[in-house]
Amino acid sequence: MTDASLPTAPRRFRFDRHASTILLVAAILIYVVLVVALGQTRFLTLENLVAILGRSITLGITAIGQTFAILVASIDLSVASLISASAVVTSVVMNGDPAMMLPAVAAVLALGAVVGLINGIVIAKLEVNPLIATLGMSLVIQGVLSYYYNNFAGNVPAEFQIFAYGSWGIVPYSLLFMFALAALAWFVLRFTRFGSDIYSVGGNKDAARLAGIKTANVVIGAHVICSLCAAIAGIYLASRLRSGAPWIGAEGVYDLESIAVVVIGGTVLAGGRGGIWGTMAGVIIFSLIDSIFNVASVDAFVKQVLRGIIIVAAVAFYAARSQRPVA
Amino acid sequence: MSGTPVIEMRGITKSFPGVKALRGVSFACGRGEVHALCGENGAGKSTLIKILSGVYRPDAGEVLIDGETKHFSHPQQALLAGISVIYQEFSLLPERSVAQNLFLGREPLRNGLVDSKAMVAETRRVLGLFGVRHRIEPDTLVADLDVASQQMVEIAKAVSLNAKVIVMDEPTAALNEAECEVLFTLVEQLRASGTAIIYITHRMREVTRIADRVTVIKDGEVAGSFDQVPAPEAVVRAMVGRDISEYYPEPATPAEIGRPVLTVAGGNNSALRDINLELRAGEIVGFAGLQGAGRTALAMALFGAKSFATGTMTLDGETVKLNSPRDAIRAGIGMLPGDRKASALVLMQSVRDNGMLTARAFANLFGTADRNRFTDVDGMNALLDRIKVRAPSYEQEMRFLSGGNQQKAIVARWLALKPKVLIFIEPTRGIDVDAKASIYHLMRDLARAGTAVMMVSSDLPEILGASDRILVMREGRIVGEFGRSATETELMLAATGETDVAA
Amino acid sequence: MTDQTLARPEAKKRSLPHFNPVYVLVVALILAIIVMNPAFGEPTGYMNFLKRVTALAILSAGALYVIVSGGFDLSVGSIMTLTVIGSSMLASNDPNSTYWIIPLMLGIGAVVGLVNGLVVSYLKVPSLIATLGMMITLNGVAFMWSGGAPRGYLPDTFRFFGRYNITDVPVITLLPIAVICLFGFGAILWWGLHRTNFGRLLHAVGDNPQAARLAGVPVERVRISAFVVSALTAVLAGVILGGRAGVSVDIGSGFELQAITAAVIGGAQLLGGRGSVPATIAGALALEAIFTLLNLLGLAQPVRLVVQGLILIGAVALATYQRKRSGR
Repeated sequence: MTDASLPTAPRRFRFDRHASTILLVAAILIYVVLVVALGQTRFLTLENLVAILGRSITLGITAIGQTFAILVASIDLSVASLISASAVVTSVVMNGDPAMMLPAVAAVLALGAVVGLINGIVIAKLEVNPLIATLGMSLVIQGVLSYYYNNFAGNVPAEFQIFAYGSWGIVPYSLLFMFALAALAWFVLRFTRFGSDIYSVGGNKDAARLAGIKTANVVIGAHVICSLCAAIAGIYLASRLRSGAPWIGAEGVYDLESIAVVVIGGTVLAGGRGGIWGTMAGVIIFSLIDSIFNVASVDAFVKQVLRGIIIVAAVAFYAARSQRPVA
Repeated sequence: MSGTPVIEMRGITKSFPGVKALRGVSFACGRGEVHALCGENGAGKSTLIKILSGVYRPDAGEVLIDGETKHFSHPQQALLAGISVIYQEFSLLPERSVAQNLFLGREPLRNGLVDSKAMVAETRRVLGLFGVRHRIEPDTLVADLDVASQQMVEIAKAVSLNAKVIVMDEPTAALNEAECEVLFTLVEQLRASGTAIIYITHRMREVTRIADRVTVIKDGEVAGSFDQVPAPEAVVRAMVGRDISEYYPEPATPAEIGRPVLTVAGGNNSALRDINLELRAGEIVGFAGLQGAGRTALAMALFGAKSFATGTMTLDGETVKLNSPRDAIRAGIGMLPGDRKASALVLMQSVRDNGMLTARAFANLFGTADRNRFTDVDGMNALLDRIKVRAPSYEQEMRFLSGGNQQKAIVARWLALKPKVLIFIEPTRGIDVDAKASIYHLMRDLARAGTAVMMVSSDLPEILGASDRILVMREGRIVGEFGRSATETELMLAATGETDVAA
Repeated sequence: MTDQTLARPEAKKRSLPHFNPVYVLVVALILAIIVMNPAFGEPTGYMNFLKRVTALAILSAGALYVIVSGGFDLSVGSIMTLTVIGSSMLASNDPNSTYWIIPLMLGIGAVVGLVNGLVVSYLKVPSLIATLGMMITLNGVAFMWSGGAPRGYLPDTFRFFGRYNITDVPVITLLPIAVICLFGFGAILWWGLHRTNFGRLLHAVGDNPQAARLAGVPVERVRISAFVVSALTAVLAGVILGGRAGVSVDIGSGFELQAITAAVIGGAQLLGGRGSVPATIAGALALEAIFTLLNLLGLAQPVRLVVQGLILIGAVALATYQRKRSGR
């Protein structure tokens, strides 16, 4: 519509720009109230806080990558399969040998880069709908992986388990790593031209093209970053589980959960708006929800049901106000 | 004009499936020249500009910059060659700041990182050139700006490139008189500094005010080329290509105008202030105003898409409360949206399906698709035949039809329901001249049959030619009422709020 | 823009419904199977093939309703699982229970579809996420119901639809009940999508929801109905699959993507506006035929996933390419 706004359009309070903070505060309050109400104040220690965060490293790393894909108005549903594949490759290549640590990591990162490159090219050059392109990629990865492995394969040397289990004081290395990665992602989005291009392409692809941006390259770049993050998440998971198996990614529902976390963090699915710290807030909210379930000792199956409902409710929380019809 | 033109286009031809958009168009613009490019909507101006800026590649012909042939395959190459375009549809990112928009795709770097300080400083400087430095802050989000300020940012973005050639595609559409004057001064400054400016408009006032040369495009061909600015009539004749009198149908006679069908008293909502109006059977009422003046908002309110918050609306004397388009249609109001592609057409469906859409929407969901209480397949075929929708077959997908035939099919959609009130928004945008005339005649036929017709248009000649009565809107209010004998100037002054100065 | 459209009589030929290549594909694949395994040409061979494909074919035709409306329904696999698990838990080996269990399951399916539709239409959650959430939820419910491991089994009256064959039929020797279901439900779904107002409005909503709304289409009601149809067909597919294959906890998993793949092979337009029930059923036949061929070639089960993924991407890429060539 042409008559978009009236002359009187002062800056109004935009609820959706602060929603992730509001949700985070709400989740913390619920947690604290519940813990106090149940008289289990031992859950309120710093150690426990760190433990809560530590449970979400895989999700956190994956979500950092997913933020890039969603900001550029794409999406990646292949992360769960890629996490499985990366974990299996990590443990199979290392196979208990500390000398193979570097080659294994290099191989997994190369795998991630290739997957991201293919996703990006199929989406940006062949113009395949990103949902379908990455779903297809997910099937391909899962198929190849299940063809060769049907159980835990290989193992990770003790030296490498430090990644998941080592800590600096009470803070695990992995947690520091996740926040360092988040800081790096924030830096890229905030201070580099590539970061600006991601927002531009996600916000309005045609405008970005008219301004001379090579939009296809930006989409491909975002997908490479997304897949690299998923690959790193797989490496971490192998280190934590001491071995990789072809179902661990799907079991963690990392595809859907990473998308949900990004959306809860205030990044819009249509692209062009949002950021990394919101995603981190989303990750913490999810960890808190998990902890609330634990404190309230909710049955595992009930937990799964509630998680499904919470994910949809969280997305609805943002989407319900949107004027555009969705499909 | 001497020497090599900065920019020259020779024999440009471009076709789209089913449409030949440009045929052998040649055009040049030299240093320090303002070259006005005129033509009706849909004449091919925008296609020409998109070829110039590297969005489209021409089927034949060449683009020369400083006498050198260039082949652009990406807009970036055109930018590097020094061509900057202010597009008609905004190319701004609403969720980014003014400074970020100004430097879209070419952010200044320091040590490899984006230099936000330099961006903000340069943005201030460029905005200062327009005298809007105090109105627009560099770090404001574009979404928080009003339409005119957004247009200013759009213009600033093009100017800040220090391009050799600046193309302005109807830059004043959303500006008031004072803002237009600022723009014209800026254009003069740019001309003095040697920039070549291609200025697209169909407003004769602007041509007379700033152009050095004029080229008129009609139906994809150059219809007139003037080395001096001619009398406005000559340009209009070249644009329209025939006498106005046969173009528009006869107006309604007093006897044809009947009882009031729709009235609104004290209508308000977030975009509209104190709307009072009356639409009468047999009458076409034209609504003029600037972009953002509330015309579309009014149409949407009458159609229930964004209803009035307060006020009363009556239809055939009965008070109605419309909360959705469905309510409005049930009550007997129809609407043809301005942006057909986004809001009216279901492009993958057949012509007939497009025509029958609303009739089916009000029929029994699980009844047959071939027949309902409003129309049936044969009836719709007959209707499409009668209003001369040209299509290889009515089974043809809508997307293959020309704009004019698409619009006629949408008219058929409403004719099948025989509405009491029909609202046309920008009824001839993107439609070729012949089809335009037939749309005007269709509107007139509808009115003669007793429908109250409301027409929202940004095309002043169209408003003057097709309406029986004209209402002008500004800032959400109806600010003036005119008869057919009004002039473009009168309407323009009312629309920009300078009636008091004139009087 | 000028009107360059042709005069009507001359172009009548062009208006002939163009032939969908999926039918050629199905015939070619089936010939290939017969060449590799002549027994397939016998009635028991192809009837068993049709019997095997029935659940997927019905499911795909139902999922097509949501695809044509512009969305995705990823919850259908979990609805099938829930149907099979729930029925086996409720039946407790009572043959008479089938008469109330199937209607009850259809009722549950309708509620699930309604919830999907409401969440998408009114809470504006993208259907992919809404139905993925529903999938997680329903799988959890199925687990809870069965306590993690399925107990009990389905009575023969329930398994009648998926397993029973009518024997001694002239010419074709045997006729599985499932094949009758395939034709019956296929016809109903064809009628609904191609012959009714609902079907045409569904196309319009998927093509351009904004235009549909402004043309007076009750967009929400139409869209919700599509999710209900999809969920109901998932229940039917679950009944047939459970009848054929028995009870297991992950019986429906993977079917949601197979259904989308079948629709895409059948030329359906993802994100709405175009799709055909017969072509989608042919797409399901083609997919199952490809799987059969892979089996005959001695390729392991996981290869199916790879092939399915490549088909999905390839078919959509091809469709995009063709649409770009024909002009938008």
